[in-house]
Amino acid sequence: MKTLLYMVTALCVFGLAFWAYRENYTTRQVLKETRQLQREIGAARERLSVLKAEWAYLNRPSRLRELAELNYDRLGLLPLRPDQFGRVDEVAYPQPAALNFSNGLDVSTMTRESYP
Amino acid sequence: MIRTPLRPLARILQARAQGQNPDAIERENLRLRHEEMAVKARQRAEGRLLVLGVFFLCAYAVIGVRMGILSASEPAEPVAYTAGSTIANQRADIVDREGRILATNFETHSLYAQPPQMVDPITAADKLVEIFPDLDKGRLLKDFTGKRKFVWIKKKISPEQKQAVHDIGDPGLLFGPREMRLYPNGRLAAHVLGGAGFGNEGVNAAEVIGVAGVEKQFDAYLRDPANGAKPLQLSLDLTVQAAAEQVLYGGMKLMNAKGATSILMDVETGEVISVVSLPDFDPNNRPRPPASGDDPSVSPLFNRAVQGVYELGSTFKIFTAAQAMDLGLVGPDTVIDTRGPLRWGRFAIRDFRNYGNEMPVTKVIVKSSNIGTARIAQEIGVERQRDFLGRLGMLEPTPFEIVEAGGGKPLLPPHWSELSAMTISYGHGLSTSPMHLAAGYAAIANGGRYVKPTVLKQSGPQMGERVMSEDTAAAARMMLRKVVSEGTASFAEVPGYKVGGKTGTADKPKPQGGYYEDKVIATFASMFPADDPEYVLVVTLDEPEIIAHGEERRTAGWTAAPVAAEMVQRIAPLLGLRPHVEPAQLAGITLTSN
Repeated sequence: MKTLLYMVTALCVFGLAFWAYRENYTTRQVLKETRQLQREIGAARERLSVLKAEWAYLNRPSRLRELAELNYDRLGLLPLRPDQFGRVDEVAYPQPAALNFSNGLDVSTMTRESYP
Repeated sequence: MIRTPLRPLARILQARAQGQNPDAIERENLRLRHEEMAVKARQRAEGRLLVLGVFFLCAYAVIGVRMGILSASEPAEPVAYTAGSTIANQRADIVDREGRILATNFETHSLYAQPPQMVDPITAADKLVEIFPDLDKGRLLKDFTGKRKFVWIKKKISPEQKQAVHDIGDPGLLFGPREMRLYPNGRLAAHVLGGAGFGNEGVNAAEVIGVAGVEKQFDAYLRDPANGAKPLQLSLDLTVQAAAEQVLYGGMKLMNAKGATSILMDVETGEVISVVSLPDFDPNNRPRPPASGDDPSVSPLFNRAVQGVYELGSTFKIFTAAQAMDLGLVGPDTVIDTRGPLRWGRFAIRDFRNYGNEMPVTKVIVKSSNIGTARIAQEIGVERQRDFLGRLGMLEPTPFEIVEAGGGKPLLPPHWSELSAMTISYGHGLSTSPMHLAAGYAAIANGGRYVKPTVLKQSGPQMGERVMSEDTAAAARMMLRKVVSEGTASFAEVPGYKVGGKTGTADKPKPQGGYYEDKVIATFASMFPADDPEYVLVVTLDEPEIIAHGEERRTAGWTAAPVAAEMVQRIAPLLGLRPHVEPAQLAGITLTSN
């Protein structure tokens, strides 16, 4: 009985040692991956901030104004003027399709008696 | 263990035979046994103490070693969790009210040299001068071949320049990373943003510190690593600011002015939507401050909107009229004696033209009569005038959040006499910045509450201290509207926007005392739409001069007012203000009977 207990304990110790060994290496692997990912995140952030700066630089009002002037022939862009405001009721609704009367009935000449 | 008997039979028998007391043997043995037990107990206790001691020693050793490691090790970012990755920038961005970038950071490199490691200093110096023509070759050679171990060559270089220097291939030329401040919009809002420079510099990094404007005012906020991802949001609107700068620049050139400034402010929140001061500069390449002897207002760094403290002339008249109406001294139709000149001691107050002997208050403002305003000021009195202007913030630097605003301290008369009160009533004798004026007009525009001009985006109206009643403010607005529709500022009329405002033309003071004859500061302070104002616009031109109708003209009605009109026309649609056609005046119906 005792021998069995010893053997089981020894096996447990072996098993745990192996598990700890493996766990140690997977942890290291995960940490390495994390570090790699964080480096990538950092690089991506840096790139993002550069791109944002570049976007702001390309969208600077002076440049847009110059582009609008250069491409005036094609785009015809001018600064917004007060008279360009419109009202919703100034927009014409699309005309409804005309109803098709095939057998018209003239009601204006109907007498009361002929009314069903 | 073999237990020693207390009464060993052999010894007892022997003792009995010899006539001794056998109890003595027992006592002797008992004593020995007790001694033995005591030794054992002591040994065990000592053993336990030893174990305990070793345990404590180990515990202290572990703690000590850990502390030693902690204090001696290099700090490292924890990698096991990702909370640390929010620290992205060295300095927070600055954005406009819509979140468009006004200032951000950019990764560049600095260039330095370690001459002892250089292989061929002379060729390297030659090639460096080719890449950077502004470097002094003689100085470089001296630095490279002398005793120096370390030389800064350039603080900021572009990636192309870096590649070119890399191609020289000298191991003594080294690069360090540098985060620099970038203003992608160039000159836009230069005076508000200010600029940034390097503080403490090392090879691997350099401190970026604000040197002017909001960069300096909010330096602590911007540098706080906790705010790295939270940009500073200003109240400025990039589009409006760009349009205002363009219009004002055109106006300044057209009116032959040497400087100009404009302020557009929300009357409820106090948010400054655009503030322009011309001439301006590029904050990416901030010019040097002017030499101490020069006139600071010549430098492009001078922010006319907050630092340009001048007498702003007749624009102040509306404050006098508003106060008198608020005190119940006059109503809009009270007739004021305007016979001139008004003499006070050896001083005489005159009008631009003779407007007749008497006029109602509204007409005094519309025609801009100095005499009429001075008479109203006499009724108000010195104390009440000073108190009122104080509540409008005219006696202190504006709380506008850029460092330069603290320098815009109003110039008060050394002794606020009755004569001062009379001249201040029409804007002479008290010098303020255009920003003060904008805040004062905002109080009239929003129905009588003082609002602090602010450069930060606000979430709602300020609801500041009440300085005049709603009715007074409404009456004052009516007068300002009439100034534009039928008075001195007719050029400021913009169809659909009901501009109300007041012109002001003040002679420029000479530095050595007295006033120039032919140099003026022309100001037009306005609000639109006048019946329910949303924005206040102040336009000031420095030394404008145009020829119109065969005459040289400098008055604000001819110079600042048309510029302001153009600006309203351009900006109001951008602000989403829809023009409203005013109902035409009803034809007068004459009742007749025969």
